[in-house]
Amino acid sequence: MTSLVLADHEGGTLNPATLATVTAAAALGGPVHVLVAGGGDATAAADAAAKVAGVEKVLLASDAAYAHQLAENVAPLVAGLMDGYDAFLASATTTGKNIAPRVAALMDVMQVSDIIGVEGPKTFTRPIYAGNAIATVESSDAKLVITVRGTAFDKAAAEGGSAAVENVSGAGDAGLSSFVGLEAVKSDRPELTSAGTIVSGGRALKDGPTFEQVITPLADKLGAAIGASRAAVDAGYVPNDYQVGQTGKIVAPELYIAVGISGAIQHLAGMKDSKVIVAINKDPDAPIFQVADLGLVADLFQAVPELTEKL
Amino acid sequence: MKILVPVKRVIDYNLKPRIKADGSGVDLANIKMSMNPFDEIALEEAVRIKEAGKAEEVVAVSIGPAKAGSDTLKSARAIGADRAIHVETDEEVEPLAVAKILKAIVDEEQPQLVIMGKQAIDDDNNQTGQMLAALLGRPQGTFASKVEIDGDHVAVTREVDGGLETVRLALPAVVTTDLRLNEPRFPALPNIIKAAKKPMSTKSPADYGVDTAPRLKTLKVAEPPVRQAGEIVPDVDTLVAKLKAMGAV
Ligand SMILES: Cc1cc2nc3c(=O)[nH]c(=O)nc-3n(C[C@H](O)[C@H](O)[C@H](O)COP(=O)(O)OP(=O)(O)OC[C@H]3O[C@@H](n4cnc5c(N)ncnc54)[C@H](O)[C@@H]3O)c2cc1C
Repeated sequence: MTSLVLADHEGGTLNPATLATVTAAAALGGPVHVLVAGGGDATAAADAAAKVAGVEKVLLASDAAYAHQLAENVAPLVAGLMDGYDAFLASATTTGKNIAPRVAALMDVMQVSDIIGVEGPKTFTRPIYAGNAIATVESSDAKLVITVRGTAFDKAAAEGGSAAVENVSGAGDAGLSSFVGLEAVKSDRPELTSAGTIVSGGRALKDGPTFEQVITPLADKLGAAIGASRAAVDAGYVPNDYQVGQTGKIVAPELYIAVGISGAIQHLAGMKDSKVIVAINKDPDAPIFQVADLGLVADLFQAVPELTEKL
Repeated sequence: MKILVPVKRVIDYNLKPRIKADGSGVDLANIKMSMNPFDEIALEEAVRIKEAGKAEEVVAVSIGPAKAGSDTLKSARAIGADRAIHVETDEEVEPLAVAKILKAIVDEEQPQLVIMGKQAIDDDNNQTGQMLAALLGRPQGTFASKVEIDGDHVAVTREVDGGLETVRLALPAVVTTDLRLNEPRFPALPNIIKAAKKPMSTKSPADYGVDTAPRLKTLKVAEPPVRQAGEIVPDVDTLVAKLKAMGAV
């Protein structure tokens, strides 16, 4: 059982989610190889992947066609390499979720999405119904295609390995799609999915400037990442990539502070595995209190500035 | 241009599912079922493209039990689909098999665009659109928050982890919707009445020559570990003290 892990990388660095995926791949029991597909900066990412503990070999596919991880170009590359592998694993990031099912269909395999546990060589646990149920599923396909929930597995050590890097190539540009642009939110804050502390705001924050005024000082004080409910994103207080939940990002920080968030099941699906949850809400019956370790029933416009000051 | 919109009948998003005592699955008997919210967004988008004069026909497809035809596809026609195809089956059909059935329908119907939800809120798989695009050998614009038809191409703005990414795809293409693409309308009463008169054909998976035997076997469905509610603290000072005591700050 040899596994191929797709590296999620940008600007020459590996996304930490890839380290968790390496751990999941290792749990399948065989050697783990990592594929780094990308443009010019893929070489640096391949060097980083070669240092990850437990990685036996790195495949580097460097081609402008792979620079933006277009699924139309990357999926055939992966499918073409799978003769030598028993399992393909990608992180359940937007990149992995875009590419992996395309690979699965090319291989005529039914993908196992968003696994949170490896129970056997072909048996996995995965959340369904927004995390309100956990299914244990067994694949009957000859080969496996899997996406991995990053918060559910420990990250493999980024240092300690010394894998060989081997160049591979695929068909390159399929001529079906092209990358136009990325509107990236530049921020010096820790990334949501790997942050140790997260302060999240909901609809109660009223508007963009108010969100910024209330949430940012607290996040600054804690060195925290900032998250949001769907309602806050839909209303335009913050960009889409702040959304935590069933259809946003799945997070599990040491400390999650939910401010003016009611706690809809879709929001809980994204944060209920956090170690410590704090909720600040003026409604004592808000469902968020059912999962909070520490709840404060208060007007956030008073409580949050006071908390920021006293921490 | 013709647009195909696959829609799935799922548990209503406001409901918390009940797990069967024997752990064999989720109990859906007598549970309110609705159109998957992402599919509703897909349908709305297709109807808007038609209303903007960029498409002539919107065809909705649903694969599922009798009620997927009588309820879900009726709603789809009330929202604005011109025609419906019901592929009737009582079996649970996995994304790969759904994609194969949809491929056969696309081969027959030749739509320029397929718009579908990025995931169903029951199995949360997030696979079918990507699989369909692969089987068709066509491009995919997943997690769309903006769709702009431009001649024989479509520009799709995608909600990705790092922000908003725009890709340009050659038509025919498959688009999967994210939540912010649009806000679906409530169908007007006259449209609900008219819906039943719009044509619907009924087929079976076998009509498309697709084997729907599951590849994944569900061994068990269980409750997630429950989180115990903690305590309500009286004021900010207590909150700070507790957080410090826990070593959380
Ligand atoms: C298919 C689907 C997918 C979804 N995916 C997600 C997802 O990924 N993530 C997500 O978050 N949501 C998601 N949702 C939306 C979800 O159902 C809720 O609508 C949303 O989470 C509500 O956001 P909120 O808690 O900010 O707003 P509300 O529910 O309106 O809650 C606002 C809260 O603020 C409190 N409040 C108001 N004023 C104050 C004050 N001055 N001080 C203190 N508290 C105050 C109120 O008591 C209330 O509890 C999804 C919905 C659907 C249908």
